[in-house]
Parts: sequence; C-alpha cells; structure tokens
Amino acid sequence: MPMDARDIEAMIKAALPDARVEIKDLAGDGDHYAATVISEAFKGKARVQQHQMVYAALQGRMGGTLHALALTTQAPDN
Amino acid sequence: MTDARQVIDNEVKSNDVVLFMKGTPQFPMCGFSGQVVQILNYLGVPFKGINVLEDEAIRQGIKDYSNWPTIPQLYVKGEFIGGCDITREMFQAGELQQLFADKGIKLQQSA
Repeated sequence: MPMDARDIEAMIKAALPDARVEIKDLAGDGDHYAATVISEAFKGKARVQQHQMVYAALQGRMGGTLHALALTTQAPDN
Repeated sequence: MTDARQVIDNEVKSNDVVLFMKGTPQFPMCGFSGQVVQILNYLGVPFKGINVLEDEAIRQGIKDYSNWPTIPQLYVKGEFIGGCDITREMFQAGELQQLFADKGIKLQQSA
C-alpha cells in the first residue's frame, strides 16, 4: 500500500525535529518518491549512517511499504 | 550463521566488488539496480552481480546482513558502501572513484 508524502515527512520530522524535508512524487502515483532531508543530526556522520537514521525514522516501512524512495541527506551548510 | 548469511558473507569477502541487485548486470530488473550497474560500467570497475530475485533467502538475508532495507547494495573489499542513492552521490562527487583508488581496485578502460 502506498504512503502519503505528508506521512513520510511527519515520520521523519518526529525522529529528526530540526529536519528540513522536501518530498517529490516522482511518478505522480503516490508510490515513487524522492526525499531530501537536511538536519544538524547528520553532522559528522557518514552517508550510510545518515540514510540509516532516516530509515529508522520510517520504522521499517522502507523497503516494504515504501519500495521506491530515492533519498538525499545532508547537514546544513552553515 | 544461517546458510544464506554464510553464502552472503563468503561472496562479500571473496570478491573485491559485489553488487546485490535485482536482475543481472546484463538485464537489471529495477531502475535503482540499473543505475548502479551503469556507474560501475562507466568507471570500468569489474564486479560480481548477485541477483536477489533468484533466491528469497538471499533477498531477505542481505537486508539482515547489512541492516539496510533496500536493494541494490554495493560492497567493496568487504565493506558495505551503500545503495543506489549513496553510490550516485559519491560518483557525482568523485568520491567513488577515490574509494576504488584507495582500495586498490584496478579500473578497466571503459568502452
């Protein structure tokens, strides 16, 4: 079952309250998203760890309910 | 260790570059897997592709092995590098090329 973009954003923000989250519906089908997440929490973390933190926020939905979420993570520039 | 985990562990440790993917390097069955294949081919990196669609135990096992919920998954010299998004970001930043150089992976002349 697809997930609503607002639900994805809410779950990420619940785990990373300072995060700036931008979600694009890539195919317009509510099933293929691209998310950009910017958070202070990513500072000093490797990309794999940053993605793990977002996956943890999504509580197991990644790879299951959410099978197509392209993810970009970064710490704020300054 | 389960059988699947042993198989995975052996592949990861005995190949310099391994990609767990959907489909094969010749016929990727998913856009994300296909992107990583394209990047590796572009760089001329010899790699072994393992099609998780052929074995449900491997498909689930690789997610448990890396604690990473999606496929593809790229491993270099036994180290988990990331999925499609990370591989692409690293490639675009030149970091992937650096990683292969640092790990002593010889690149073939790309066609």
